[in-house]
Amino acid sequence: MAALPSYAGPLERFWYYAFRVLCGSIFLFLIAPIIVMIPLSFNAEPYFTFTPEMLALKPEAFSMRWYQDILDNEQWLHSMKNSFIVGAAATFLATSLGTIAALGLSRSDMPYRTLIMGLLLSPMIVPLIITAAGLFFFYSSIGLAQTYTGLILAHTALGTPFVVITVTATLSGFDRNLIRASSSLGASPQRTFFKVILPLISPGVISGGLFAFVTSFDEVVVALFLAGFEQRTVPRQMWAGIREQISPTILAVATILVGISILLLATMEVLRRRSERLRGLSPN
Amino acid sequence: MAAITENDGLMRAADGTPLKQALARATRMNKARAFLLTTPLLAFILVTFILPIGMMLFRSIEAPEVSEAFPKTVAILEQWDGVGQPSEEIYASLAAEMADPENRFKLGKAGTRLNYIESGFRSLMNKTVRRIKRVDAGPYKEAFIKIDKRWGETDTWKIIRLAGDPYTYRAYLNALDLTQAPDGNIVAQPEIKQIYVTLFERTIFVSIGVTIACIALAYPISYLLATLPSGTSNLLMIFVLLPFWTSLLVRTTSWIVLLQTNGVINDILVSLGIVGTDDRIQMIYNMTGTFIAMTHILLPFMVLPLYSVMKTIPRDHMRAARSLGANPAIAFGRIYLPQTIPGVGAGSILVFILAIGYYITPALVGGQDGQLISNIIEYHMKKSLNWSLAAALGGILLAGVLALYWLYNRIVGISNMKLG
Amino acid sequence: MSAIKPSRLLIAGLAAIGLTTAAQAADTITVVSWGGAYTNSQVKAYHEPWIAKTGNKINSEDYNGGLAEVRAQVEAGNVTWDLVDVELADAVRGCDEGILEPMPLGELPAGTDGTAAKDDFIAGTLHECAVGQIVWSTVYSYDTTKVATKPTTIADFFDLKKIPGKRGLRKTAKVNLEWALMADGVAADKVYEVLATPAGIDRAFAKLDTIKNDVVWWEAGAQPPQLLADGEVVMTSAYNGRLFNAIVNEKKPFDIVWDGQVWDIDLWVMPKGSKNKAAAMDFVKFATDTERLADQANYISYGPVRKSSFAKVAPAMQPHMPTAPVNFKNPLQNDFGFWADYGDELNERFNAWLAG
Repeated sequence: MAALPSYAGPLERFWYYAFRVLCGSIFLFLIAPIIVMIPLSFNAEPYFTFTPEMLALKPEAFSMRWYQDILDNEQWLHSMKNSFIVGAAATFLATSLGTIAALGLSRSDMPYRTLIMGLLLSPMIVPLIITAAGLFFFYSSIGLAQTYTGLILAHTALGTPFVVITVTATLSGFDRNLIRASSSLGASPQRTFFKVILPLISPGVISGGLFAFVTSFDEVVVALFLAGFEQRTVPRQMWAGIREQISPTILAVATILVGISILLLATMEVLRRRSERLRGLSPN
Repeated sequence: MAAITENDGLMRAADGTPLKQALARATRMNKARAFLLTTPLLAFILVTFILPIGMMLFRSIEAPEVSEAFPKTVAILEQWDGVGQPSEEIYASLAAEMADPENRFKLGKAGTRLNYIESGFRSLMNKTVRRIKRVDAGPYKEAFIKIDKRWGETDTWKIIRLAGDPYTYRAYLNALDLTQAPDGNIVAQPEIKQIYVTLFERTIFVSIGVTIACIALAYPISYLLATLPSGTSNLLMIFVLLPFWTSLLVRTTSWIVLLQTNGVINDILVSLGIVGTDDRIQMIYNMTGTFIAMTHILLPFMVLPLYSVMKTIPRDHMRAARSLGANPAIAFGRIYLPQTIPGVGAGSILVFILAIGYYITPALVGGQDGQLISNIIEYHMKKSLNWSLAAALGGILLAGVLALYWLYNRIVGISNMKLG
Repeated sequence: MSAIKPSRLLIAGLAAIGLTTAAQAADTITVVSWGGAYTNSQVKAYHEPWIAKTGNKINSEDYNGGLAEVRAQVEAGNVTWDLVDVELADAVRGCDEGILEPMPLGELPAGTDGTAAKDDFIAGTLHECAVGQIVWSTVYSYDTTKVATKPTTIADFFDLKKIPGKRGLRKTAKVNLEWALMADGVAADKVYEVLATPAGIDRAFAKLDTIKNDVVWWEAGAQPPQLLADGEVVMTSAYNGRLFNAIVNEKKPFDIVWDGQVWDIDLWVMPKGSKNKAAAMDFVKFATDTERLADQANYISYGPVRKSSFAKVAPAMQPHMPTAPVNFKNPLQNDFGFWADYGDELNERFNAWLAG
C-alpha cells in the first residue's frame, strides 16, 4: 500500500489509518504469543506470569535456571539428540527420494502426472491421527514400532511432499536446453545431474530439505504412537511436559526452538535470494 | 502397416525405421524414463504410507472374534430359523465352547465384540462363562436360562448370529450413531450414547469457523504485504513466516501461557481493572482456546497463497477503476476482490483440510467441549481399544479430506501448491 | 540414472538399524509405568537395587495407562515391553483377552516373617496374570489458601454453594460415578449395587450434571497438583501419592479429604511374548518382596500390598498411607469386576455426556 494519494478525502484518510491499525493488530496477534514466552523463560520464579519484579526489570527477577534445568536433565538432552538424528536421517532420505521424483514429475512427458503427484503429496494431506494409527499397526507388525528406523521412515514419508513441491517448483523455471547442451558435450547423465542440474536447483532442494527437517523436528502425533522411550523426540517430550506439568523449563525449550526457527527462516531467505539471482541468470 | 519399401516417401530415422515409429518409441522411452524416476518415491509412499493406512482401514470391517471363539455355535446358528429359543444343540455347543480351555483367552475378545452390538453383553458373557463351567451335564438350555434369563430371549441369539459374521459394516453404523437391531434393521443409537455425529458436526463447524477467521485476518495483511514496497513487505513478512516456522507445540504452549486463568491476558485485564480478581475469564481448556490457537496456527497457510495471488494483481486496475469514477468500495468489490478469489479458495481449502484433522491443539487446550473428531479417534485407538470404530471414524474423516483434496486439485491443481 | 548412490542409502539404513539394536542389548528389560513421582519411587526402590544386584539394565518408560500398546504389540507378535504397571481392571481384561503372560504366583518369595506369598499378599492383589504391588487411592484435595469453608466430605466436592469454584476430575467414568452416588447419599458398600442398575447410572450422571460446567478434566496423574498450584481449580481429585509429593516434598498448601476415597491396586503384568521373560520375571519376584515394597512406600505414599511390609514402612510415612486408620474411615474399594464388565458402556455414555 503506497503512501496516501494527495487527492484522498477525510474518509479515505481515516480508512487509511484504520487499516494500518487493523493490520498492526493482526501482526501483533501473529507474533505476540511467540515473543511473550521468551522473557518468561528467564523468570526466576516457577510461574508463567510476569512478576512485579520482572516488570521493574530487577536483575534478580531473571535467571537462567530453567536453561540450566535442560542441561541437567538427561531426558531433554537425549530427546534433542534424538530429534537431530531422526530429523537428519529423515531429511536425507526425503530429500534424495523427493528430488529424484521431482526430476521425473517436472518432465513434460510424465505419464499420469496428476494421479502420481496426488499420491506422492498425500502424506501432507491425510490427517496425522490417521497416519499415526495406520503406521502404529503396520510398524508394530513388522517390528519397527518403537525403533529409530520406524520413526525415521515415518518422518521421511511425511517430509517427501515438501521436497517434491519445492523441487518441482524450482525445476519449472529450469532451462532444459542446459541438459541437452551438457549431454551433447559428452557428459554422462550422472555427471549432468551433479554438475549442471543440482547446482541450479540446489536452492529448491535445500529449502525442500529444510521443510522436511522441520516437519520431522516438529512432528508429535506419529511420535506419540511410534516412538518408545528411547526414541523420544523434543516435541514428544514437550507434549508430555505440557500435559503433565507445564514447568518454565518447557518455555526455555520453546525459546530455544524459536531460536532454531529464526535460524531456519534466515537460511530460507538467503536461499530465496540466491534462487532469484540464479533465475535471473537463466535465459528465461 | 503395409509393406515398406525404400522409396515409399516416408521419412526415416538414421537406423532406417520410419520417423513416426522412431518418434513414438522415443516418446515411450521418455515416458518410461520420467516414470522410472518417480518409482523409488512412489514405491516408498505406497509401501510405508498408503498400504499401512489401507490395512488400518480394513480393520473397520473385520470382526473375527466371535466366529473364532465359537466356530461351531456360529455355524449351527446359521441354520436356526430365528423364532423363539434355539435348540438344545446350540446351547450345548456354546457351553462346550465356553468351557474349552483352549478358548480361555478368546472369550474376552468375543465378549468385547458382542458388547459393541449390545451393551451389557460382556458382563453377560463373563458371568455365564464363570458359571457354565460348573455345569457338567445337560440340559444346557435350562442351565443357561438359570444363569441369566436373557439366554432365553430370541434377541440374544440373534445378536450372536449377527456377530458371527467375520466381516461387518457395523463399525460405520456406530460411527454415525446408528446400530443394528438384533433382527438386522438399522436403528438410531439411544440418545444418551449419540456422540459421533455431534463431533463430526462440531469438527466441520470449527473448521469452517477457523477458515473464515483466517480469511478475515489474512486478507488485510496480505493486501498490505502485496502493496507495500518490497523492502518493507519483506520485513513484515517475518511476522507471518516466524510463526509458520515455529513449532506447533511452542505456539500451543504460548497460548496456554497467555490465556490461562492466571495467565498473561487475565493478569493484564485484572491490573487494568476490567475484570475482578475472582472472576477471571476462562479462555482456555474450552472451545475458545481451541479456536484461538487453531486460527493462529493456520493463519500463515492462508496468508501465503493469498499474498502470492495479490502480488500478481497489477495496481493499475484499481487506479483505472477509480479514474473511471468508481468509489473505493466499488472498485475494490468489482475489480480487486474477484481477482483474489483463487487465492482465497486455495488458502481456504488448505486451512480447512488441515483444521478438520487437527489433533494436538484440541487435545492440549480443548478441555471438555473443544475436542474434535481426531481426539475421539485417539481415544478409541489408545483407551477403549475399539479399533474397528477408530478405523471407521478414520475412514469417514479420510473420505472427507480426500474429497476436499480432489476439489483442491480441480480448483488450484496440486502441481501448483506452493510453500513459503 | 540415480542421484544418490544406493550404497549410501543402505549405509544410512544400516546405521539407523544399528542404533536400534544397540538399544536392545542383552538382558535389558523395558519396564513401563505412569511417570513422575510414582516412577521415581519405583526406580529408587526396585530398579536401582535390582540393577545393582543383577547387573542387568532397565529401560524405564512412561505411559498413560490402558492396554493399547500391549494389545498392538501382542497382536503383531512383536513385543517390546516386558513389564507394565497397570490398574486391576486392565489386568483382568488383558488376561481375559489373552494378551498377558500368566504369572508364576507360586514362585513369589515368602514374606520376611515366613508367611507364604499367597497369604502375605492382601486378598485380591494376586491374579492369574498379575502380581500386585501397591495400594493407591483417588482422593480429593483443596488449596487451603483459596477456600473460605474447608470441605470435609465427598458431598462437599459436589456442593457449589458451600465451596464455589472450578473442580478438577479425571476424564473417565471410573471413580467419578462412584463419587457422584456417594455424594448423593449412597453408602459406600451399596455404590456398585446401585450403579449396576439403569436408574443408578442416571442418578450418578444427574449428580455429575450439577457440577459439569465447573469441572476441569485432567488425564495424566501429574496434572491435578499442577492445576491446583496454578489456581485453575479450587479442588481436584488426584492420586494420593501425587498429592503427598506436592504437600510434603514441594510444600504446597494443599489438604487432602480422605472421606470417600476410592482405593485400588496397581499390578505388574507381562505382555504375552515378552522377549526377556526370565529377566523380567526375576524383576517381578525381586520387586514384590517384603523389603522392596516397604521401601517404595518411603518415597511415595502408596501402601504396600504385602502384610509383612506394613510394619517396615517408616513411621513418618504411616499417616500418609491410604490404609492408615485415620484416613480409612469411609473408603470404597474399586470393583474391578464391575469395571471390567461395564467399563466400556459407562465410558461410552460418559464420553457422550461430556461432548453433549
